[in-house]
Amino acid sequence: MSRILDWIDQRIPLSNTLKLHVTQYPAPKNFNFWYLMGSLALIVLVNQIVTGIWLTMSYNPSAEGAFASVEYIMRDVEYGWLLRYMHSTGASFFFIVVYLHMFRGLMYGSYQKPRELLWIFGMLIFLVLMAEAFMGYMLPWGQMSYWGAQVIISLFGTIPFGIGEALTTWIRGDYVISGATLNRFFALHVIALPLVIVILVFLHLIALHEVGSNNPDGIDLKKPKGSVKEEDKSPYEFHERYTKKYDIVDSIPFHPYYTVKDLVGLAVFLIFFAWVIFFEPTMGGHFLEPPNFEAADPMRTPEHIAPVWYFTPFYAILAAVPNPIGGVILMFGSIVLLFLMPWIDRSTVRSIRYRSGLHKANLAMLVVSFIVLGFVGALPPTELFTRIGQIFTFLYFAFFVFLFFYSKNEKTKPLPERVTK
Amino acid sequence: MMKRFLMALALLLPSAAFAAGYSGPLDKADYDLRDKASLQRGAQIFMNYCLGCHTMQYQRYQRTFEDLEIPIDLGQELLQFTGDGPGSHMISAIDADASSEWFGLTPPDITMVARVRGADWLYTYFRSFYEDPSRPFGVNNEVFENVGMPHVLQELQGVPRQTYERRMVDGEMRDVYVGIRSDGTGRMSPDEFDQAMLDLTAFLVYTGEPMYLERQRLGYYVIGFLIVFLILTILLKREYWRDIK
Repeated sequence: MSRILDWIDQRIPLSNTLKLHVTQYPAPKNFNFWYLMGSLALIVLVNQIVTGIWLTMSYNPSAEGAFASVEYIMRDVEYGWLLRYMHSTGASFFFIVVYLHMFRGLMYGSYQKPRELLWIFGMLIFLVLMAEAFMGYMLPWGQMSYWGAQVIISLFGTIPFGIGEALTTWIRGDYVISGATLNRFFALHVIALPLVIVILVFLHLIALHEVGSNNPDGIDLKKPKGSVKEEDKSPYEFHERYTKKYDIVDSIPFHPYYTVKDLVGLAVFLIFFAWVIFFEPTMGGHFLEPPNFEAADPMRTPEHIAPVWYFTPFYAILAAVPNPIGGVILMFGSIVLLFLMPWIDRSTVRSIRYRSGLHKANLAMLVVSFIVLGFVGALPPTELFTRIGQIFTFLYFAFFVFLFFYSKNEKTKPLPERVTK
Repeated sequence: MMKRFLMALALLLPSAAFAAGYSGPLDKADYDLRDKASLQRGAQIFMNYCLGCHTMQYQRYQRTFEDLEIPIDLGQELLQFTGDGPGSHMISAIDADASSEWFGLTPPDITMVARVRGADWLYTYFRSFYEDPSRPFGVNNEVFENVGMPHVLQELQGVPRQTYERRMVDGEMRDVYVGIRSDGTGRMSPDEFDQAMLDLTAFLVYTGEPMYLERQRLGYYVIGFLIVFLILTILLKREYWRDIK
């Protein structure tokens, strides 16, 4: 066995890579619940890719055959219904874990120096994931697939000077949404975007391992070389890549400690995941919307077009502005601001544990705004809901503006030298 | 393009105004997918009264017979009026263009109508036809206003009429709407008709998701396994983390 390993190691750096990124990677020992979401997102990505591969084996990407082929998968393919529900439920769970993962980053300042690029890769993953989910939702070719896509693609039509119109035609490959659109969305959904996501996830992980994981206390666990007494250093063997430059405290090797800990989290996650797949696959019409069980009909709009739940906060921002171009700008702006978080937040204290009450209240306001916007975006618009949407759109943006101003001279608590429990 | 976008947005934003859907109370459809007899009766009504116009193009006869525990030869003899073998889909014999002319639109496929509308809606809809001479087929529906469909189950229900009773309200006698009542010319009593509509609803819920029972059955095993797996992972984690201070 060791001879085989030696043979491989002389040709590719297998053992070294495993040590560097898995068995001798220093992970802070105080990771809590929130630090589970990253590995869960990875598991869901694998689930989406594997079930997706099997779905493509029976799916027919044509306007005439798409809807029927999905029902063929549901009825005639052995365990096709299971593959399909795993994929559709996986899409929603992907967003659940990614939103929690992003919230973790906001809470513990994981975007702050030196993790700006790590954060930006993460945001790029989020952006591509939204495109991936949107295109995937079109593939069953149901009523909501069709009309949802119609609305979203029309957003690009708001760009002035004739660019918008040319752009939408270019995106659709037709003057209306048609089989041509479906075909290209299929290609993008199953090949192009998954590839981009996998590459971005790789970069996200490389960036993470370069700068090291943040932790709930937001303090650096890589101390300058020689500044830590021998008995205070972590007693585990870490890769020399990390120990050459730093003295490492309060850290443990990722494997086996976090692999076994994440396994517990995975088991709990899978129980929720399985519960939805087997007992509530449409999640009351939120994961799979009822109108989507009807084949796309370009001549008839559904009574109420609502995007899937994970898009509703952004959709509510879009709808809050009476002017279409303004709405589109604001919607994209709400995501751009997240990209800019490392520069909007000018505090040097990362974790919410040691930041001011004002910051805690501000972050709470962002969370409440996001959730309220999520509800507003899902409901049929009335005057009242539009007004509520406008108020919480304002509060969503206010978070970033407030943060920019108070974070410079924020009254923070003293940071501990070592991690707390 | 701008115009199209505005149109799409107009369809979205004030869609409450466009929401012509029925928003009143629905009767609870208390069906049971494990009650094979009920599903069989529902299938019988479907094959005899619905399949004439509505197709069920995603569902196969054989699958239906197997799931409903109907012997295939018996099913083919008594319930299968279209298609070649038992493996064929449940396609209506109606001509799509002709029916579009007769009814204003081709009667929709109803394989998954229960997933689109919900069981309660269907159960209430079936029992909400009423006599309305102003409509082309002489009937209207309280749940689906100006429905294009005739009341094909009239021979079972009788002629349904919106019925008013003189009652004392706030000190004066008024005509109070008491619901739809049959004139009694149908082959079924009101209770029998309600049961038949419940059977039909159950059948449509079944065809919407024929693997429903299998899905639930498997779900208990999977979650049972995952709970055992969870216990093992907790023990494993404790063992490893014992030395972390």
